[in-house]
Amino acid sequence: MHELGIVMHMIGQVERVAEENGVDQVAKINMEIGEVSSVVPDLFTDCFHWAKKKTKHLREAELELIILEGVSYCQDCKGTYKTTEFAKKCPYCGSDNTYLITGSEINIRDIEVADPAPSQPERKEENHV
Amino acid sequence: MSDVRIIEIKQSVFADNDREADRLRSELKGKRTFLLNLMSSPGSGKTTTLQQTVARLKDEMKIGVMEADIDSSVDAEKMAKTGVRSIQLHTGGMCHLDAGMTEQGLKEIGVDDLDLVVLENVGNLVCPAEFDTGAARNAMILSVPEGHDKPLKYPLIFTVCDALIINKIDVLPYFDFDMDKVVEYAHMRNPKLKIFPICAKTGEGVDAWCDWLREQVRSWNER
Repeated sequence: MHELGIVMHMIGQVERVAEENGVDQVAKINMEIGEVSSVVPDLFTDCFHWAKKKTKHLREAELELIILEGVSYCQDCKGTYKTTEFAKKCPYCGSDNTYLITGSEINIRDIEVADPAPSQPERKEENHV
Repeated sequence: MSDVRIIEIKQSVFADNDREADRLRSELKGKRTFLLNLMSSPGSGKTTTLQQTVARLKDEMKIGVMEADIDSSVDAEKMAKTGVRSIQLHTGGMCHLDAGMTEQGLKEIGVDDLDLVVLENVGNLVCPAEFDTGAARNAMILSVPEGHDKPLKYPLIFTVCDALIINKIDVLPYFDFDMDKVVEYAHMRNPKLKIFPICAKTGEGVDAWCDWLREQVRSWNER
């Protein structure tokens, strides 16, 4: 449920980018998912493959999720540590005065398109010469 | 062989929604309508708290309530009995409202003559926190039986809220709910969070919450 809502927003954004770039079918979507973003990668992927059937430009798209490590910063001892292991408490000095640097991302990095850009047909012709 | 072209997007999945929410917020500011996004778990007492709130504020401002649920219209019917304008929004299976759905609801209820619109979001501590609805302020309810550890388990919602109502304080003697701990955990996530312990059933503590809300509406709608 939670993943589906996020998938629908991702699809909306990518469909718009496809329209703007004159893309018929997107081949692949590369996303960055933080370890502590609350997205479950397998569920997210399943929701995407269910939802893509109803889209205009993503029906054949693959999805790659690049997982970003959760890293926290301690404002007292200035150290950084792995968030998934130690959560809010700094393992070096025991302080709770910490915040997340990376790991909460749910970003669309880029999309891959198999066909040559329709706006540049002349380049395709040059290749044949 | 076909070329692979890469189109860079490099933006958060929530970027489009955040933009829509900002636009909606400034439109509402222009119309002098204060939108409150109220979030909580199912069964924490959102509707009862709203009934108490509406009873205290309806003579001094025009109020509308949008009840969002996956299904049913029991909440909207309850609110209609309090004498305020109320509509039911169905999310069609979605566990949250986003800015686009909120805007549709606002069109339906008609905000031009309303000073305060309360959006009762879908009962859930995860998804509603991720989607900005365009509200002027976010508030949440945590009820005593849910336990004082919730700010640790669902940190994001405590981070995005301006006010935390702790409901059902009448049953405190029967639960291992530590009021000092919940305040400490919540402030660890969000030092600016205003906290209001209440009992929506008896009305205890509701006046303090209403004083805060009245002041927020007044300063938002001021020209």
